[in-house]
Amino acid sequence: MSSLLDVRGLTKQFVKDDTGVVALRDFDLQVEKGSFVTVLGRSGCGKSTALNLLSGLIQPTSGTVAYRGETVTGPRTEISYLTQSDTLMPWRDVRRNIEMPMEISGVGAEERRGRALELVERVGLTGFERHYPRELSGGMRRRVSLARMLAGNPETLLMDEPFGALDAQLRMDLQAELLRLWQDSGQTVVFVTHDIEEALLLGDRIVVLGLRGRCILDRELDLARPRDPDELRVDPSFVALHREMTEALRKGAR
Amino acid sequence: MSTMTESPKTDSDDQSGVVALQRSWWERNGRTASVWGARVLLLVGVVAVWQLAAGTVFDPSFTSRPSDIWGRLVDWNADGTLWLHSWITLQEIVYGYALGSAGGALFGFVLATLPTVYRVMDPFIMALYSIPKVALAPLFIVWFGIEMDMKILLAAVTVFFLVFLNTAAGVREVDRGLIDAVRLMGGGRRDIALKVMLPASMTGMLTGLKVAIPYALIGAVIGELVASNRGLGYLISNSAATFDTAGVFATLVVLSVIAAILNFLVGLLDHRVSRWKPAEAKA
Repeated sequence: MSSLLDVRGLTKQFVKDDTGVVALRDFDLQVEKGSFVTVLGRSGCGKSTALNLLSGLIQPTSGTVAYRGETVTGPRTEISYLTQSDTLMPWRDVRRNIEMPMEISGVGAEERRGRALELVERVGLTGFERHYPRELSGGMRRRVSLARMLAGNPETLLMDEPFGALDAQLRMDLQAELLRLWQDSGQTVVFVTHDIEEALLLGDRIVVLGLRGRCILDRELDLARPRDPDELRVDPSFVALHREMTEALRKGAR
Repeated sequence: MSTMTESPKTDSDDQSGVVALQRSWWERNGRTASVWGARVLLLVGVVAVWQLAAGTVFDPSFTSRPSDIWGRLVDWNADGTLWLHSWITLQEIVYGYALGSAGGALFGFVLATLPTVYRVMDPFIMALYSIPKVALAPLFIVWFGIEMDMKILLAAVTVFFLVFLNTAAGVREVDRGLIDAVRLMGGGRRDIALKVMLPASMTGMLTGLKVAIPYALIGAVIGELVASNRGLGYLISNSAATFDTAGVFATLVVLSVIAAILNFLVGLLDHRVSRWKPAEAKA
């Protein structure tokens, strides 16, 4: 039985003047349906490039991305992608931003509105439906992005350091919220981060990348759910894992 | 200016951070009121100095005087001269503006969504843009005669480039991330054009529409100055030819009023379309 997401020999080379810059070389990854995979790597290791390729936004120089056995040649609605930066439409208020994926897939106005309001509630933004993105704080904008992503009803979520720009407390809140939203949804998540704690807290499985997407470590995480960040931090197995990851990242830099 | 004495109500919703304020009329409108007061004062002052200086410091046959200008406006109003010529010019401005801005917005939007075509056309467009539009007037007279058509087209050409360039700039500066977001939602070229490019280009287009208003006026009036027998431009040249400075100034007053009204109308539109923008960008 093949994996939901099957990435083989993925290489991406960007052209700059007369030289090619290799961002990713021979990257392999298999993701099973319903799993939460965190991809850990330092800045510039090709994590974002890998996700851009997985989402179909850009095309690989060589190698293939297969989703349900089908080669990905462009964005697909089953796969949703939450990027590092906010891509909310500044001229749409919260509700209309969340409605957008449904608008494009042709859901009727009435239903769209109902589902958007439901999502607003689920991400804890009730009362802010009529606000424009610029009137919201960074954390609230992330919540809207999250809600918009879920509005498309995707099977698979790709997330690229989605909470990277937030303060520590808010990041913890949103991590907990993400887990809450993900649980029992049956959705598959590929979550990219450079933060070891975040990677350990969220994932079922962790993949550590070195330079240009070289896989350094790939292992299951057997930490019990639900995970409480405060307790986890002093848990001996967590501490051991943390050390292992630090070591792996160090190795990857060489 | 006025110090804000905010008196938050304790029963308001703490969660949302929205607090009801009880502010007096002066706290709410004081700043606007004083700015308007200063404006009126400035206008009155200038008019008063002008009135007093004419005949004592300046020769009124060159500078005229506000009372004469007012008298001329009253006369022209009574005999219908004012309305006849204003109506002609206003029509030229409105038709020219509508034609030029519709063409500019449409052309700018379409061309900017085709980057390669835009790159090819860019130097030619800039070359045409750089031609002083007055220089086209003689050619337009040959093509269209000296009736209203020629002034309308002169105004339209001027407006066209301003709206075109601003709209195109708006489209070309669209955040790549927003386009990708729509692609990820499964949107095609049409969705990108309608849901990202179009709203994003609104800012640029409105800037173009706003700066183009005085140019529509300039186009129409220059057309009239070059060749015509009706319109405010004709009124200016005719008054000047008979050394009637009061008439010239009276016409200029009318032109300013027309420009102010048009600016106000576009301002309303701007306010409606750009509610989402940060307050500092609106100013």
